[in-house]
Amino acid sequence: MSDLKTTVLNALHRELGAKMVPFAGYDMPVQYPMGVMKEHLHCRAHAGLFDVSHMGQIVITAPGGYAEIAAAMEALVPVDVVGLADGRQRYAMFTNALGGIEDDFMIARRGEEMFVVVNASRKDADIPRMKEAMTGCEVKEITDRALLALQGPDAESVLEALVPGAAAMRFMDIAVLPSEYGDVWLSRSGYTGEDGYEVSVEDGRAEELARALLAHDAVEPIGLGARDSLRLESGLCLYGNDIDAGTTPVEANLGWAIQKVRRSGGSRAGGFPGADVILPQLVSGAERRRVGLSPEGRAPMRQGTPLFADETAETAIGTVTSGAFGPSIEAPMSMGYVSTDLAVPGTTVYGEVRGKRLPAKVVALPFRAANFKR
Amino acid sequence: MKYTEEHEWLRVEDDVVVVGITEHAAEQLGDIVFVELPEVGTEVVKDDDVVVIESVKAASDILAPIDGEIVEVNDMLTDTPSTVNEDAIGKGWMFKIKTDDLSQLDEMMDEAAYKKFIG
Repeated sequence: MSDLKTTVLNALHRELGAKMVPFAGYDMPVQYPMGVMKEHLHCRAHAGLFDVSHMGQIVITAPGGYAEIAAAMEALVPVDVVGLADGRQRYAMFTNALGGIEDDFMIARRGEEMFVVVNASRKDADIPRMKEAMTGCEVKEITDRALLALQGPDAESVLEALVPGAAAMRFMDIAVLPSEYGDVWLSRSGYTGEDGYEVSVEDGRAEELARALLAHDAVEPIGLGARDSLRLESGLCLYGNDIDAGTTPVEANLGWAIQKVRRSGGSRAGGFPGADVILPQLVSGAERRRVGLSPEGRAPMRQGTPLFADETAETAIGTVTSGAFGPSIEAPMSMGYVSTDLAVPGTTVYGEVRGKRLPAKVVALPFRAANFKR
Repeated sequence: MKYTEEHEWLRVEDDVVVVGITEHAAEQLGDIVFVELPEVGTEVVKDDDVVVIESVKAASDILAPIDGEIVEVNDMLTDTPSTVNEDAIGKGWMFKIKTDDLSQLDEMMDEAAYKKFIG
């Protein structure tokens, strides 16, 4: 336990009765007394507060301003960074020479700077990657700010009362807004499929802000357990489970994140690691594809469950990469990879659970439609 | 009531033993989302896997606490597995085993011993 890192809200989590677990090297709340299922449903019905301070926050600057940063970043990601408008955020991923995904993360343009939020489990790889490749840029990890996520239909009204200006933002907008808790860095985004915000706040003011949010009847603290079921219901990938260095964006069904300008025929086509693998796949497809799976009955098919084309086939055609019970859809849900010929909604595949082949239907993701304020 | 180290409770009703999991076990498992029950008529030997419980965290096997025949299962749990969280020692019972040999329960913990066991 002693070598686990803590966030500035650690004492608050314990005071709130959280069950703490190690996650990506941090001592984090997996659930509060409410329990995973009710936390999940509360977030969808009202608002949930998540401590995501373990994630990496990075600010990138360069003498040549945003144009220089964007050009350097485009050498690492298959995403249109140059064309990102000021005050806007976008999903991105680092790729490797084989076309695999090294991390998925968020980039935002803040005037002449870039603000980046990366996965906790990957920040020790991501930061050196950027520092090494983005010569001429200053890549600075922000270590004195907490990151909170406030998610759910009541997030807007709750946050507007504490941080005026929050409500005027649209989905994937970012802003730096003054508040009673110092300047907060807001983005109108999150990882639950709900409307909401991520709020970067100075370490010294984070607990005060968290308590002010929790004082609201609509807000409950939500742990990693419900964070996982919320993101899975919304069809969102967990790095390390659903995507990793061995999965390409096309296999992962993340082709939407690669804008036209970076694809074959685009004005800045290629120029990122693995482009020779990814660009042809965008045109002609890959051998396997990430899909949603709806198991029949109530039994969840969990990560690692092998998938078969029928009840007797000896060779697996894929694997489940995430699986749980969806509290809002009131049914089990999984994501996994299947060979592309079977990646058609409506197809039945079979997961082997405890020695039995159980049917699951291939379905379009998400399991539950998102609730964003576009 | 008798208790096992596998966190099951056993309640004798004539020559039938009602089995469920303890409140402590239900709490440790978290929200239960799926219960797979054995078929009525199955002959079981102590430590056979008889029930699968899936919670929001993981899958767990429940073992037969004694030898005997499964004579009834709590079908309600198939549709409302959360009953185990709500009333583990009552409506959340899982199955009934018929046995000729109730002495199998003699060595099991009583409530005081189980409370000590879970500390």
